[in-house]
Amino acid sequence: MSNFNELAALLPTLLEGAGVTVAVSVVSYLLALFLGLVLGLARTARLLPVRAAAAAYVQFMRGTPLLLQLFFIYYVLPYGGLILSPFQAGVLGLTLNYAAYMAEVFRAGIAAVPKGQFEAGASLALTHRQLMAYVVIPQALKIVVPPIGNFFVAIFKDSALVSVITMKDLMFTGQILASSTFMHFQIFAMVAAIYLMLSYPAAKAVEWLERRLDKQSAARAPNRRESSSPLVEAS
Amino acid sequence: MKRDAMLNLDDAVTVEGVDKSFGSVQVLRNIDLRVKKGERIVICGPSGSGKSTLIRCINGLEDHQKGRISVNGHVLTHDPKTKLQVRQDVGMVFQHFNLYPHLTVLENCALSPIKALKMPKAEAEELARHYLRKVKLSEHEHKYPVHLSGGQQQRVAIARALCMRPKVMLFDEPTSALDPELVREVLETILGLAKEGMTMLCVTHEMGFAKAVADRVVFMEDGEITASAPPAEFFHASQSPRIQSFLSHVMASV
Repeated sequence: MSNFNELAALLPTLLEGAGVTVAVSVVSYLLALFLGLVLGLARTARLLPVRAAAAAYVQFMRGTPLLLQLFFIYYVLPYGGLILSPFQAGVLGLTLNYAAYMAEVFRAGIAAVPKGQFEAGASLALTHRQLMAYVVIPQALKIVVPPIGNFFVAIFKDSALVSVITMKDLMFTGQILASSTFMHFQIFAMVAAIYLMLSYPAAKAVEWLERRLDKQSAARAPNRRESSSPLVEAS
Repeated sequence: MKRDAMLNLDDAVTVEGVDKSFGSVQVLRNIDLRVKKGERIVICGPSGSGKSTLIRCINGLEDHQKGRISVNGHVLTHDPKTKLQVRQDVGMVFQHFNLYPHLTVLENCALSPIKALKMPKAEAEELARHYLRKVKLSEHEHKYPVHLSGGQQQRVAIARALCMRPKVMLFDEPTSALDPELVREVLETILGLAKEGMTMLCVTHEMGFAKAVADRVVFMEDGEITASAPPAEFFHASQSPRIQSFLSHVMASV
């Protein structure tokens, strides 16, 4: 019984860690989204050196463990004079790593836009930049929503790795509490529950976004009122 | 460039000695073609003869390797600027329409005037409405392309090209992807344009259309132009067995 009270007393500390987890995940995700799009565009650039550099980056980041990348940023970069806080190092590592995966998704999304769309835009005197901005990317973004959304769910859990560079996130807080109270089972169960409570809404949010986009295209079916209630239609 | 314009005042399109290969396959061989302003050319020939490639070279969608192509005195080079310049003067209509699926009919038409010609939005939309009226699709301006039949989509594509006020129109098999009952509405739209004096090159197998509209029928085989004559001559006096066999095939299939 006293066990329960003890655990309840630890909850605020764990939630504080969860706050850090959410912050590092959301910030890294947004930065990775932007960097990933830039890299994805670079993967389809007309200049070979740009394409090659982006490809090499993606291969390198996908080919080495995230854990190693975090170690490198946090423990090796200081020798080069770059000293980062655990939060900065964590965000940097997650961003650089996720951007590589996102770049591949964006590249595939751009490749999935039919060739005829590029030709139509070109024949209508759009510059390459305008063609990408107004014709290709809007169509590619819609294609990549499911996989890109998937990353949003995954990053909450992958962010647990930042605990190894002493960032006081949910995982780190859990470990500290577990080893100081010896209630490993109870604490880790709570940590797991909190992770689930974070990733479940994230998954739901992605589902909602997908459904909304689907509805938008459904509304483009012959009757625009289709999305409204059938009763209104009948009148 | 100025010099060319003076030399060929009456030429809308000049193609001189053009060769083009895809890898080791040569698809255009020493093509010469002059199109006068207001002239209507129908290009036909067996599939794989290079018809589409030829008109795609004229607006720089394909690069040619030898020879010279100029449109209204602007010579096409590998410099992207010359391509943009030529593309502002040349409209193209594709077999598969290629409308932008994420934009409404009106937005499809107004995009290039706004972005490429830097026209104010209101003015571009007015222009778009003008051409949508012309292709009889005014009521559909707020729909997305998937709402429309193939024939309607192709008419939007024609309006979209016209919004750039092109001096030359290229049609790449504009009715080949359409259900038979939708072919007529598209051909009538093109016919209307032809009557207004639009310079056009049209790749098509619609020989009735060629007879009604063309000033000249150009026949291609194996990457070469092997005949070029007014329709009356082309259809009645063509001697070449290749042309006769081609015509009997196309006519039979209609």
